[in-house]
Amino acid sequence: MIGSAHIKNNFTVPQSVECQWCPGCGNFPILQTIKNVLQEKNLAPQDVTFVSGVGQAAKLPQYINCNYFNGLHGRALPVATGVKIANPTQTVIVTSGDGDVYGEGGNHLIHAIRRNPDITVIVHNNMIYGLTKGQASPTTEEGTVTPTQPYGVIDMPINPIALAISLDAPFVARASVGDPQKMQAIIAQAIDHKGFSLVDLFQPCVVFNKINTYQWFKEHTYYMEDDRDVTDRVDAFRRATETDRLPLGVFYAHAKRKTFEERVDFYKKDQRPMYLRGSNCVLRSALVASQK
Amino acid sequence: MAHHITDDLSIVIAGQAGQGIQSVAHLLTHILKLQGFHVFATAEYMSRVRGGINSTTIRISSEKRDAFRSTIDLFVSLDPRSFSFYKHRFNDKTMFLGFRDAEFCQDCVMEVNFISIAQSIGGTLYANTVAAGAILGLIGADEKHAREYLRNFFVKKGKDIITKNQEALSRGFKMGAHFAFSHDVHVAMKTKEAVKDDLFMSGIDAVGFGALAAGVDFCVAYPMSPSTGLLTFLAQNSKECGAVVEQATDEIEAVNMALGASYAGARSIVTTSGGGFDLMCEAVSLAGMIETPITFHIGQRPGPATGLPTHTGQEDLNLVLHAGHGEFMRAIFAPGTPMQAYAVTAHALDIADKYQIPTFVLTDQYFVDALYKVEKNDFVEQNNVKHIIETTRDYKRYALTENGVSERGVPGFGDGLVCVDGDEHDETGRITEDTRGIHMHMAEKRLFKRRALLEEVMLLPEVITQKTTTGRSKKSGKKLIVCWGSTRNTVVEAVSEAGNQDMTVVHFVQLFPLDKKKIKKIFAKAEKVIVVENNATGQFAHLLTQECDIAIDKTILKWNGEPFNVEELVEQIKKM
Repeated sequence: MIGSAHIKNNFTVPQSVECQWCPGCGNFPILQTIKNVLQEKNLAPQDVTFVSGVGQAAKLPQYINCNYFNGLHGRALPVATGVKIANPTQTVIVTSGDGDVYGEGGNHLIHAIRRNPDITVIVHNNMIYGLTKGQASPTTEEGTVTPTQPYGVIDMPINPIALAISLDAPFVARASVGDPQKMQAIIAQAIDHKGFSLVDLFQPCVVFNKINTYQWFKEHTYYMEDDRDVTDRVDAFRRATETDRLPLGVFYAHAKRKTFEERVDFYKKDQRPMYLRGSNCVLRSALVASQK
Repeated sequence: MAHHITDDLSIVIAGQAGQGIQSVAHLLTHILKLQGFHVFATAEYMSRVRGGINSTTIRISSEKRDAFRSTIDLFVSLDPRSFSFYKHRFNDKTMFLGFRDAEFCQDCVMEVNFISIAQSIGGTLYANTVAAGAILGLIGADEKHAREYLRNFFVKKGKDIITKNQEALSRGFKMGAHFAFSHDVHVAMKTKEAVKDDLFMSGIDAVGFGALAAGVDFCVAYPMSPSTGLLTFLAQNSKECGAVVEQATDEIEAVNMALGASYAGARSIVTTSGGGFDLMCEAVSLAGMIETPITFHIGQRPGPATGLPTHTGQEDLNLVLHAGHGEFMRAIFAPGTPMQAYAVTAHALDIADKYQIPTFVLTDQYFVDALYKVEKNDFVEQNNVKHIIETTRDYKRYALTENGVSERGVPGFGDGLVCVDGDEHDETGRITEDTRGIHMHMAEKRLFKRRALLEEVMLLPEVITQKTTTGRSKKSGKKLIVCWGSTRNTVVEAVSEAGNQDMTVVHFVQLFPLDKKKIKKIFAKAEKVIVVENNATGQFAHLLTQECDIAIDKTILKWNGEPFNVEELVEQIKKM
């Protein structure tokens, strides 16, 4: 059950909601961390919208006291872009899995970064398909044996960090569920950072992924040094291509790009969200103009 | 052979893509309208940027006749190869102007080399104006007024351009007038003063104005013929009218972005064609499940697959009717005139908003590219008040209500939280797997209760009786000829020309849902029901039978990628 917290948090669901995650799932610490971050930032639940696709990670919004749009598999990013363009005052957070964001939604990831709405994308990367019971995901290591890849995975995994940096995403970071404190600091930074922020979260799947366990993540990751220049794209890319140990922390952060909602003409003179704006079209003048 | 034209003249201007046929058509239609003629134009083109053979058909008449006729009275060729494409539309009275096709005919063409005349004036770009001038001269239009129009039209281009265009026009005009004299051509049509103030509008612009009138905030789409015109139109008016218009990277992105915006309180529209809509179907299902408004404009063209990208048809009704898995409600509209397109697009946006369902506006290549003359005053205000409430703390997005519609809140407006879910959900929007309880209530809300509401506000079909000497007859005939969408005017004109006093046209602008009771009443006394459709299977005929129990006696179907023309329908109707 989710919803009976002993610490007062505005983002705890007031009613009891049956939780569909397995005991020991890495999604639990992620949920708690996100709630802590939002509480710390003094945000009102009404001003935060979660968007997700399909999968176990995509159920996170159901367990948080917020607005949410739990839509189709892979489609969270265009939905989040739509929410942000209709109401830029909302804090928009995407929480979904690796299959959802990097697989089914791969094309959307590329173009959402190009468009650059001010949203935070948190990917629960457990390197496996949980909800459909243990098949390979786009981030599963080559050679991993699964029910549908009985002789081992033969495709190369995607490198989402390198991809995002190559597209000049304004904020690219990675954290591990095994270290909730660091994870909290990075998620807080991502939400604060203007523009498209990607946080790739290493998360164990205790049921289906027997390789990438809590222990494995501890042994195969390291934190990048604090005094690194996070605006150095070349260094960020170099770090993103390291394979063992895998770097954690902020790879790349910059403020060079204007957001989608800043670039459109619609909000230049009037910041009110779309739901407060009627048509201000002087139809007749448009009609006459059309005749020229 | 003498040509005395007092009522109706169909001109076809044909040539390669990129030769400027559209410029000729633009000049002609606007100049003639300003001189008080009724004008209607349709475009036919190939999927090319340059080359191929394209054409515009311009119909000039003494009364408003916005329908496509096949017969060509005057054929103007900017390229000799165009003859073979239009042979089937010539008759022994057709006049020819322009480049000669030696194979086709030796002496039937008044050969005018528009291009060499243009070159002598200052460059090939004046060829279009020479051609326009020749046609105006042949018709006997007002040359001085036409020159004046050019001055205004090119005012920003400077004096030299104006002078050269005027010269091009006059050179063409002289040749046209000479042709008229030597071939005994007399065009003596009644003109109307009032027509001068009318506007020209393409079918797609009418859809666009409807969207603006309904206060559309967000249009997102991926370009696809013949639907792109709406994206272009709204983009060009977006600053003035306060809307965000975004070109998406694909149709899936477009529709999901639109749903995200709608959820957050926008009025959203997407525009696509059948092939692009295929990709959107999943999101139609989502819209049904999360009860979030969205309007689709679908410009139809013949399929399957890429099909005939630049041609026309009414093949996608079934697709739109059945798009998206699962069972939920939707409303489908198909306008037959620009005024209907204006009103029905606004209505589709409003109904989507009010009843929180996906709605559809179906047009096709013939309709979107046709150029209509419309009266300014027909543009009445449309409802653009959003059906959104300020939420309270205990707000439930899917609260069960008497009529099945839950009040729609948006994130950040009020104290409530707005939770929508593509899974089956409870009243608060949280996921549920309760098959015996809430799921049944939610399914009923999405389907049966919505249907009842939508039937209540159904736009009834227009019943168009025969014109008698004293105006339209009050009584419906025994034979009902049913059509939907863009075929309206062609069917109406064909029925009146066939002189079948016993035949009445029933034009459906709302295709789904159909209120069985009301529809049955219209068909109660019919002895024969004929359905006209631009497809091979009679999709709407089947729907009418299935939904309203109407027996269909005959279908008149056409599926070669071309629109119906008046003549072929007259022939078919006379057999009925």
